[in-house]
Amino acid sequence: MSASPKTRADTPPDGHAGTRVVGTPQLRKEGVDKVLGRAKYIDDLEREGMWHGATVRSTIPRGRILTIHFDPRIDWDEFVIVTAADIPGKNHIHMIAADQPCLAADQVNHCDEAIVLLAHPDKRLLPEAVAAVRIDYEPLPAVLSIEQSETQEEVIWGPHTDEANIFKQFHLEKGDVNAAWATAAHIVEGEYRTGAQEHLYIENNGVIAEYSDDTGITVWGSLQCPFYVHKSLMAVFELPAEKVRVIQVETGGAFGGKEDYPSVIASHAGLLAKKAGRPIKIVYDRMEDLAATTKRHPSRTRHRTAVDKDGKLLAMEIEVATDGGAYTTLSSTVLSRATLHSTGPYVCPNIRITSRAWATNTVPSGAFRGFGAPQSIFAIERHMEQIARAVGIDSAEVRRRNFLHDGDTTATEQVMVEPVILDALLERALKESNYAAKREQFARENPHSAIKRGIGIAAFFHGSGFTGSGERYLNSLAGIHVPQGDKVRVLVSSTEFGQGTNTILTQIAAESLGLSYDDVEIVQPDTSVVPNSGPTVASRTSMVVGKLIERAGHQLIKRLQETVDLAESYTAQEFFAACDRYRDDRGTVESMCRYEAPPNIFWDDQKYRGEAYPAFAWAVYVAEVAVDTISYSAEVTNFHTVQEVGRVLNPVLAAGQIEGGVAQGIGYALYEKVQLKNGHMFNNQMTNYIMPTAQDVPPIHVSFEEIPFSHGAYGAKGIGELPHDGPAPAILNAIQDATSENFTTIPLLPEDIFVRMMARAQTPEIVSV
Amino acid sequence: MRGNPEGHELVAAASLGDVLARLAEAPGEWMPIAGGTELMVAHAAGRLNANKLVNIWGLGELGGVRVSDDAISIGAGVTFGQIRRHTTIAAEFPLLAQAAGWIGAIANQNRATLGGNIVNGSPAADAPPALLVYDAEIELISKNGVRRLPYCDFHLGYKQSVLRPDELVLALHLPRRFADHVQYLRKVGTRRAMAITKVALAATAIVEAGRVNEIRLAAASVADRPVRLLATEASLLGKELTPKILADAHEVMMYEVKPIDDIRSTASYRKQVGANLLDEFLRGLTGADARGLTA
Amino acid sequence: MSACSLHIRFTINGQQADVQAPPMKRLLDVLRDDLGLTGTKEGCGEGECGSCSVRMNGELINSCLVPVLQVDGALIETVEGLAIDAELHPLQKAFLECGGAQCGICTPGMLMAATHLLARNPQPSMDEIREGLAGNLCRCTGFVKIFESVVAASAMKGFDLNAR
Repeated sequence: MSASPKTRADTPPDGHAGTRVVGTPQLRKEGVDKVLGRAKYIDDLEREGMWHGATVRSTIPRGRILTIHFDPRIDWDEFVIVTAADIPGKNHIHMIAADQPCLAADQVNHCDEAIVLLAHPDKRLLPEAVAAVRIDYEPLPAVLSIEQSETQEEVIWGPHTDEANIFKQFHLEKGDVNAAWATAAHIVEGEYRTGAQEHLYIENNGVIAEYSDDTGITVWGSLQCPFYVHKSLMAVFELPAEKVRVIQVETGGAFGGKEDYPSVIASHAGLLAKKAGRPIKIVYDRMEDLAATTKRHPSRTRHRTAVDKDGKLLAMEIEVATDGGAYTTLSSTVLSRATLHSTGPYVCPNIRITSRAWATNTVPSGAFRGFGAPQSIFAIERHMEQIARAVGIDSAEVRRRNFLHDGDTTATEQVMVEPVILDALLERALKESNYAAKREQFARENPHSAIKRGIGIAAFFHGSGFTGSGERYLNSLAGIHVPQGDKVRVLVSSTEFGQGTNTILTQIAAESLGLSYDDVEIVQPDTSVVPNSGPTVASRTSMVVGKLIERAGHQLIKRLQETVDLAESYTAQEFFAACDRYRDDRGTVESMCRYEAPPNIFWDDQKYRGEAYPAFAWAVYVAEVAVDTISYSAEVTNFHTVQEVGRVLNPVLAAGQIEGGVAQGIGYALYEKVQLKNGHMFNNQMTNYIMPTAQDVPPIHVSFEEIPFSHGAYGAKGIGELPHDGPAPAILNAIQDATSENFTTIPLLPEDIFVRMMARAQTPEIVSV
Repeated sequence: MRGNPEGHELVAAASLGDVLARLAEAPGEWMPIAGGTELMVAHAAGRLNANKLVNIWGLGELGGVRVSDDAISIGAGVTFGQIRRHTTIAAEFPLLAQAAGWIGAIANQNRATLGGNIVNGSPAADAPPALLVYDAEIELISKNGVRRLPYCDFHLGYKQSVLRPDELVLALHLPRRFADHVQYLRKVGTRRAMAITKVALAATAIVEAGRVNEIRLAAASVADRPVRLLATEASLLGKELTPKILADAHEVMMYEVKPIDDIRSTASYRKQVGANLLDEFLRGLTGADARGLTA
Repeated sequence: MSACSLHIRFTINGQQADVQAPPMKRLLDVLRDDLGLTGTKEGCGEGECGSCSVRMNGELINSCLVPVLQVDGALIETVEGLAIDAELHPLQKAFLECGGAQCGICTPGMLMAATHLLARNPQPSMDEIREGLAGNLCRCTGFVKIFESVVAASAMKGFDLNAR
């Protein structure tokens, strides 16, 4: 309990309008355990009598399962064996659609698809057992690329109509695109491609499951969304809600890779637990996690843009295609975000966007920080660069002339009613990065150096929270509970996986209750204990769930003041005493709040028109690169970020989000390549899936502008995904500045730069690669 | 973890003689394991084919760096961390110290041994190019005694060498005659640390009055083994460093190297970048004083 | 398949440990399974990520690559040995205050690498910090606040690594 009296009237130490705890760098709530090595991740945990599980996976991308052979060299009596036939409920993992089997039954549709599950008390015997299961297939023709899927010659998903192989499509029209071409001074076309990307959380996927006929199924796991897993398990095991319990344990990184995938691994462990009659732990090793779990959607975006002589956008025709892999998972929502971010933070009166998510026989794509925006922002920000060059104006100016401002409308006719300060962000970014001077310096020095330096800009936005009516649909509930004692407990299903959920939500609770940070704890996300405050995704936790906690805190104080005479200003001691009085009277001290949509959010899901997002975060990033013409390697040498994310709730955590997101974005642009052979990722080790090390990351500078958003907790908007949107285009814009080469595909590896430079040396006129 | 520790026998050794006796008694049956930076990775991947291993980590006879007037002898069991920190190696054989610093990162360097790096026989290995341009001699030992040969004769093909089934690498001997040579080593990898070489070039040379009096060139990942670039050397030896000679050497090297496409890079990239490294080295020779230029 | 279990004796964080284990069992697994010291983590099993980093006889190593036979008689230090009673090691304090840990899974290995760095080089330059930590992958922080943590720890007054 805090020692000194605290009242609402205290001057806030951070200088912000009226807050004491929010806005300050409170220490990470679970930080002590983490630095002591005491934090328990799933592989650190055991249950009595636990066995271990492993998965037999398909070795072909598409085919019918004919027979499953169990090599007699293994004593199979020692093992528990599960196949699709053992599934008590539905053989599907329910995300948006119900097309992904929990275990393949008659057919496999991607390499590394799960077919058979094995359990044994000695985990050291499992790898050999897995290798001893041989499956005979009748191979079917596999579709392994967007282009191949688009031909629709082989239908691998959906009906045999013109919708074959299409998980989802959108079509969005604004104004009159066709009429605009004739009036254009320039028409600029471009095609941009992004590759798959692996989350590479340092902790692999893992769960422990227990099953009993009495209590049902319990799963502990490394996961983002306990209620997503809960829902999935209900279907697989045909159990009512109260007989399914999902508990998140300390999670070693997620980035979206533990949003939908845990439903798969949890079901597998649960099936083994049910059949074995004992707890089962499944923890993947790195090779399995890399090969078999979700990746970022690869994309191809085509732009055709009409601009006037000053470089102002007249019309944008955009075609977006994503590769969803073998099953729907989250492809429709990723496509939605990709569609809605494809125009960039610019004004354009005439827009046509056609977007499709295609099925291929590869491991299903899933959520990954940014969720379609990194793909789209890469395309538009590279394209703006080409527009600048076509018109003959510089990179900053082309953006200035087209930025959204207050009162402008987006592609979906959403009016910018909240302030849009892109101009200020751009000016600050140019100033802090010393853009003009560097540009001039590099231009002067490059001709005399084997190292070509360049500097590039990306301007972008990221819609905070779920699209349109998504939050209404989620209908989140969250709140505060005060048990006997001197601690307040925050009850949410929002999970901590490094981004700071625990810290932020307890800061908000402490602030709204007039208490200190140490007076508040957060309860472990356990579906039998906490309400469903929605998934920990979409950069919604601070803004939306935080707001529920903020309201719950104020609601509790009001209640205590109205019913048990809590004074207008009070100490922590007085607060807890009031809670005691309330509890004596009512039995429990609890304050829950349900989501309330901000006013004037109208979204038409059919026409794709209206308020796509309640709020946007805005940013301008500047990348400096050095391209070595001896090794053809490009490295990022310096990186500046300026962003507006509403109120910064914790400056250390916020900066940490930006820095980490930028590092991932650098990997996305220059290092991380998923290499597939026949649909199987064969560079599935950390030695050959390359992320930047401590010697590869540049200095990363972080600046915030703050414009509080009234409907977000203490003014906060979303922050977590924004920083992954900007780095790739800023970097490739810088490379174009350094080398004059227009690279349109990421990851951009030295081998790719080499091929282009060789081609250029042979034929100096325009080369298309 | 896909390996089963129960499936492998690992025995301790009281001395080097103990190990050699074991190898002599059952040649090819016992796999020596030192720092484990190769074998334990295979073990974790479930690909450690050796059922029987004998521990040679920490054997005094394989350790130590001995400095005599005309040579430095580095025990096969010396780690790359120890090589980096050794003042005479750092001073007179900077390419080897540099290569040692490029192996993985600190933790790998503390376990990876010079002998292991050589015997593993990867064409991408970090130490060999430096050893080759320093005219290293390799000393092999068996129960029957020792033999020495030029290190450049050690590798015969992809992961094949003259090492007999009953032999271990005992030491590498480097003649102390390179302190005045121009020296160059550059590794191109996937990132700045924890990177397997895509292509690397090592060079030592003596240039007097613009003429090449001595030159040794060695490369990694351009052939099935670490190689000296003898043809490229021949195109430079005794020549004046004119633009035409540099261009010719470039062409010879492009023809001499035989890299492949693999998981890390492409043949054409390796070829070109290797030749670019040669250009960089040779340009440095023409530009600077011919002493102690290291890339 | 034979692999007898051997008796291995070593010192762990200043205490004697006795284990019975097959000689090819990884030190990482001995620490976690036999000794219950789960602070040291497995991220890759290939010596690439460093989350299994510990110090053996004063040297930073990846415990996933060490067969336990080689640990006989050795001095092993893990993250569990950094704090003394309730007092955090300066590096732990710095990581906490500077935001050097986000999800925390790389943190134990990172702390061991940082301890090793500062033991050899109490006032490292930024390049030396980067090199010292190059074998420890962090996917959350972009390394920025990890560097800041190391700098902060090295500036802490009265901090003598050799005294611990």
